[in-house]
Amino acid sequence: MTPTIRIQSEDFDLAAEIAALSEGRRDIGAVVSFTGLCRDEGGTLAALELEHYPGMAQAEIARVADEAAARWPLMGLLAIHRYGLVKPGEQIVLVIATSAHRRAAFEAADFMMDYLKTRAPFWKREHLADGTTGGWVEAKREDDDAASRWEETAARA
Amino acid sequence: MTQPLATSAPASDTRTVRLVYFAWVRERVGLADEQVELPAGIDTVLDLVRWLKTRDEGYAAAFENETLVRAAINQTHVKPGASLDGAREIAFFPPMTGG
Repeated sequence: MTPTIRIQSEDFDLAAEIAALSEGRRDIGAVVSFTGLCRDEGGTLAALELEHYPGMAQAEIARVADEAAARWPLMGLLAIHRYGLVKPGEQIVLVIATSAHRRAAFEAADFMMDYLKTRAPFWKREHLADGTTGGWVEAKREDDDAASRWEETAARA
Repeated sequence: MTQPLATSAPASDTRTVRLVYFAWVRERVGLADEQVELPAGIDTVLDLVRWLKTRDEGYAAAFENETLVRAAINQTHVKPGASLDGAREIAFFPPMTGG
Protein backbone atom coordinates (compact mmCIF):
# COMPACT_ATOMS: atom_id res chain seq x y z
CA MET A 1 0.00 0.00 0.00
CA THR A 2 1.54 3.27 -1.14
CA PRO A 3 0.02 6.35 0.50
CA THR A 4 -1.20 9.11 -1.81
CA ILE A 5 -0.09 12.62 -0.84
CA ARG A 6 -1.12 15.74 -2.72
CA ILE A 7 -0.18 19.35 -2.03
CA GLN A 8 -2.36 21.61 -4.15
CA SER A 9 -4.05 25.00 -4.30
CA GLU A 10 -7.26 23.60 -5.80
CA ASP A 11 -10.19 22.30 -3.78
CA PHE A 12 -10.82 18.55 -3.46
CA ASP A 13 -13.86 16.25 -3.63
CA LEU A 14 -14.25 13.87 -0.69
CA ALA A 15 -16.68 11.52 -2.47
CA ALA A 16 -14.42 11.24 -5.52
CA GLU A 17 -11.39 10.47 -3.36
CA ILE A 18 -13.23 7.76 -1.41
CA ALA A 19 -14.48 6.27 -4.68
CA ALA A 20 -10.92 6.19 -6.04
CA LEU A 21 -9.62 4.39 -2.93
CA SER A 22 -12.48 1.85 -3.01
CA GLU A 23 -12.65 1.19 -6.74
CA GLY A 24 -12.46 -2.48 -7.71
CA ARG A 25 -11.94 -3.65 -4.12
CA ARG A 26 -14.12 -5.93 -2.03
CA ASP A 27 -11.81 -6.31 0.97
CA ILE A 28 -12.26 -2.85 2.56
CA GLY A 29 -14.51 -2.85 5.62
CA ALA A 30 -13.88 0.67 6.93
CA VAL A 31 -13.36 4.11 5.45
CA VAL A 32 -12.57 6.97 7.85
CA SER A 33 -12.13 10.52 6.60
CA PHE A 34 -11.29 13.83 8.22
CA THR A 35 -11.88 17.15 6.47
CA GLY A 36 -10.50 20.36 7.96
CA LEU A 37 -12.35 23.58 7.07
CA CYS A 38 -11.56 27.27 7.39
CA ARG A 39 -13.62 28.90 10.19
CA ASP A 40 -14.74 32.56 10.11
CA GLU A 41 -13.81 33.04 13.80
CA GLY A 42 -17.10 34.67 14.71
CA GLY A 43 -17.23 36.72 11.52
CA THR A 44 -13.82 38.40 11.99
CA LEU A 45 -11.90 36.33 9.43
CA ALA A 46 -12.10 36.93 5.67
CA ALA A 47 -9.59 34.24 4.64
CA LEU A 48 -6.59 32.19 5.67
CA GLU A 49 -3.43 32.39 3.60
CA LEU A 50 -1.48 29.13 3.74
CA GLU A 51 2.22 29.33 3.03
CA HIS A 52 4.12 26.08 2.55
CA TYR A 53 7.59 24.72 1.90
CA PRO A 54 7.31 23.13 -1.55
CA GLY A 55 9.03 19.77 -1.74
CA MET A 56 9.35 19.35 2.00
CA ALA A 57 5.57 19.57 2.54
CA GLN A 58 5.09 16.56 0.27
CA ALA A 59 8.11 14.70 1.71
CA GLU A 60 7.20 15.27 5.35
CA ILE A 61 3.56 14.21 4.98
CA ALA A 62 4.79 11.14 3.08
CA ARG A 63 7.07 10.30 6.04
CA VAL A 64 4.12 10.62 8.46
CA ALA A 65 1.98 8.46 6.14
CA ASP A 66 4.69 5.79 5.97
CA GLU A 67 4.76 5.69 9.77
CA ALA A 68 0.97 5.26 9.86
CA ALA A 69 1.15 2.51 7.24
CA ALA A 70 3.80 0.69 9.30
CA ARG A 71 1.73 1.00 12.46
CA TRP A 72 -1.77 0.00 11.31
CA PRO A 73 -2.98 -2.60 8.78
CA LEU A 74 -4.28 -0.11 6.22
CA MET A 75 -5.59 -0.80 2.74
CA GLY A 76 -5.38 2.79 1.61
CA LEU A 77 -4.20 6.15 2.91
CA LEU A 78 -4.58 9.56 1.34
CA ALA A 79 -3.73 13.09 2.47
CA ILE A 80 -4.43 16.31 0.59
CA HIS A 81 -3.31 19.68 1.95
CA ARG A 82 -4.15 22.94 0.19
CA TYR A 83 -2.03 26.08 0.07
CA GLY A 84 -2.87 29.64 -0.95
CA LEU A 85 -5.95 31.62 0.01
CA VAL A 86 -8.81 29.67 1.63
CA LYS A 87 -12.07 31.34 2.65
CA PRO A 88 -14.33 30.48 5.60
CA GLY A 89 -16.42 27.40 4.82
CA GLU A 90 -13.87 26.10 2.32
CA GLN A 91 -11.83 22.94 2.77
CA ILE A 92 -8.15 23.00 3.79
CA VAL A 93 -7.09 19.43 4.47
CA LEU A 94 -8.31 15.89 3.84
CA VAL A 95 -7.17 12.56 5.29
CA ILE A 96 -8.75 9.24 4.34
CA ALA A 97 -7.72 5.87 5.78
CA THR A 98 -9.20 2.54 4.72
CA SER A 99 -8.82 -0.84 6.40
CA ALA A 100 -10.58 -4.16 6.96
CA HIS A 101 -11.82 -3.12 10.42
CA ARG A 102 -12.71 0.31 11.81
CA ARG A 103 -10.16 0.72 14.61
CA ALA A 104 -7.12 0.87 12.33
CA ALA A 105 -8.75 3.41 10.01
CA PHE A 106 -9.96 5.63 12.89
CA GLU A 107 -6.57 5.63 14.64
CA ALA A 108 -4.51 6.09 11.48
CA ALA A 109 -6.59 9.10 10.39
CA ASP A 110 -6.30 10.62 13.89
CA PHE A 111 -2.52 10.02 13.93
CA MET A 112 -2.14 11.54 10.46
CA MET A 113 -3.92 14.73 11.48
CA ASP A 114 -1.99 15.12 14.75
CA TYR A 115 1.35 14.82 13.00
CA LEU A 116 0.28 16.80 9.97
CA LYS A 117 -0.43 19.75 12.26
CA THR A 118 2.90 19.61 14.07
CA ARG A 119 5.29 18.38 11.33
CA ALA A 120 3.98 19.41 7.90
CA PRO A 121 5.65 22.72 6.89
CA PHE A 122 2.59 24.96 6.48
CA TRP A 123 1.95 28.33 8.10
CA LYS A 124 -1.39 30.14 8.31
CA ARG A 125 -1.81 33.88 8.18
CA GLU A 126 -5.12 35.63 8.83
CA HIS A 127 -6.79 38.05 6.46
CA LEU A 128 -9.38 39.93 8.49
CA ALA A 129 -12.94 40.87 7.56
CA ASP A 130 -12.10 44.58 7.99
CA GLY A 131 -9.71 44.32 5.03
CA THR A 132 -6.47 44.30 7.00
CA THR A 133 -3.89 41.52 7.03
CA GLY A 134 -3.74 39.98 10.47
CA GLY A 135 -0.87 38.09 12.04
CA TRP A 136 0.55 34.63 11.60
CA VAL A 137 -1.45 32.01 13.49
CA GLU A 138 0.52 30.80 16.51
CA ALA A 139 1.20 27.12 17.03
CA LYS A 140 -0.93 25.62 19.79
CA ARG A 141 0.45 23.73 22.73
CA GLU A 142 -2.54 21.33 22.50
CA ASP A 143 -1.40 20.24 19.04
CA ASP A 144 2.03 19.24 20.36
CA ASP A 145 0.35 17.42 23.25
CA ALA A 146 -2.01 15.62 20.85
CA ALA A 147 0.91 14.45 18.73
CA SER A 148 2.99 13.33 21.72
CA ARG A 149 0.28 10.94 22.96
CA TRP A 150 1.13 8.67 20.01
CA GLU A 151 4.70 8.44 21.31
CA GLU A 152 3.35 7.36 24.69
CA THR A 153 1.20 4.65 23.15
CA ALA A 154 4.18 3.48 21.08
CA ALA A 155 6.32 3.27 24.23
CA ARG A 156 3.66 1.20 26.02
CA ALA A 157 3.15 -1.18 23.13
CA MET B 1 31.32 6.84 17.70
CA THR B 2 34.33 7.41 15.49
CA GLN B 3 33.95 7.33 11.77
CA PRO B 4 36.79 6.62 9.37
CA LEU B 5 38.04 9.68 7.55
CA ALA B 6 36.45 9.95 4.14
CA THR B 7 39.08 9.58 1.46
CA SER B 8 36.84 10.48 -1.47
CA ALA B 9 35.65 13.89 -0.24
CA PRO B 10 38.41 16.47 -0.60
CA ALA B 11 38.62 19.14 2.07
CA SER B 12 36.99 22.31 0.86
CA ASP B 13 37.66 25.82 2.12
CA THR B 14 34.19 27.08 1.33
CA ARG B 15 30.85 25.43 1.77
CA THR B 16 28.07 27.10 -0.18
CA VAL B 17 24.56 26.38 1.02
CA ARG B 18 21.11 27.65 0.10
CA LEU B 19 19.18 29.16 2.99
CA VAL B 20 15.39 29.38 2.75
CA TYR B 21 13.03 31.21 5.10
CA PHE B 22 9.30 30.93 5.66
CA ALA B 23 6.43 32.90 7.24
CA TRP B 24 7.52 35.52 9.81
CA VAL B 25 11.14 34.34 9.68
CA ARG B 26 11.13 35.23 5.95
CA GLU B 27 9.50 38.60 6.67
CA ARG B 28 11.97 39.55 9.39
CA VAL B 29 15.03 38.43 7.40
CA GLY B 30 13.63 40.23 4.35
CA LEU B 31 14.50 37.40 1.95
CA ALA B 32 12.81 34.17 0.82
CA ASP B 33 16.15 32.50 0.06
CA GLU B 34 19.84 33.20 -0.45
CA GLN B 35 23.15 31.47 -1.10
CA VAL B 36 25.76 31.80 1.63
CA GLU B 37 29.28 30.57 2.13
CA LEU B 38 29.57 29.09 5.58
CA PRO B 39 32.57 30.47 7.45
CA ALA B 40 34.96 28.06 9.14
CA GLY B 41 33.78 27.03 12.58
CA ILE B 42 30.08 27.02 11.69
CA ASP B 43 29.37 23.33 12.21
CA THR B 44 25.84 23.06 13.58
CA VAL B 45 22.43 24.63 13.02
CA LEU B 46 22.83 26.61 16.24
CA ASP B 47 26.26 27.88 15.12
CA LEU B 48 24.62 29.07 11.89
CA VAL B 49 21.77 30.79 13.75
CA ARG B 50 24.22 32.63 16.01
CA TRP B 51 26.32 33.70 13.01
CA LEU B 52 23.25 34.87 11.04
CA LYS B 53 22.14 36.98 14.02
CA THR B 54 25.31 39.03 13.72
CA ARG B 55 24.63 39.96 10.07
CA ASP B 56 21.96 42.63 10.61
CA GLU B 57 18.89 43.66 12.58
CA GLY B 58 16.51 41.62 10.44
CA TYR B 59 18.30 38.36 11.18
CA ALA B 60 18.65 39.37 14.81
CA ALA B 61 14.87 39.90 15.01
CA ALA B 62 14.10 36.64 13.20
CA PHE B 63 16.30 34.60 15.53
CA GLU B 64 15.66 36.64 18.66
CA ASN B 65 14.45 33.48 20.37
CA GLU B 66 17.03 30.93 19.19
CA THR B 67 15.06 27.89 20.25
CA LEU B 68 11.69 29.01 18.85
CA VAL B 69 12.69 28.98 15.17
CA ARG B 70 12.64 25.49 13.64
CA ALA B 71 15.12 24.20 11.09
CA ALA B 72 15.27 21.64 8.32
CA ILE B 73 18.33 20.35 6.47
CA ASN B 74 17.75 19.06 2.94
CA GLN B 75 13.98 19.17 3.65
CA THR B 76 14.07 17.06 6.83
CA HIS B 77 13.38 18.46 10.32
CA VAL B 78 16.48 18.74 12.51
CA LYS B 79 17.33 19.86 16.04
CA PRO B 80 19.56 22.89 16.83
CA GLY B 81 22.57 20.65 17.51
CA ALA B 82 22.38 18.96 14.08
CA SER B 83 25.57 18.93 12.00
CA LEU B 84 25.68 20.91 8.76
CA ASP B 85 27.80 18.21 7.08
CA GLY B 86 26.22 17.40 3.73
CA ALA B 87 23.73 20.27 3.97
CA ARG B 88 22.76 21.77 0.62
CA GLU B 89 19.52 23.50 1.66
CA ILE B 90 18.89 24.75 5.18
CA ALA B 91 15.44 26.12 6.02
CA PHE B 92 14.33 28.22 8.97
CA PHE B 93 10.68 28.71 9.90
CA PRO B 94 8.26 29.24 12.83
CA PRO B 95 6.47 26.32 14.52
CA MET B 96 4.07 24.88 11.96
CA THR B 97 0.37 25.72 11.85
CA GLY B 98 -1.00 23.58 9.03
CA GLY B 99 -3.82 21.06 9.12
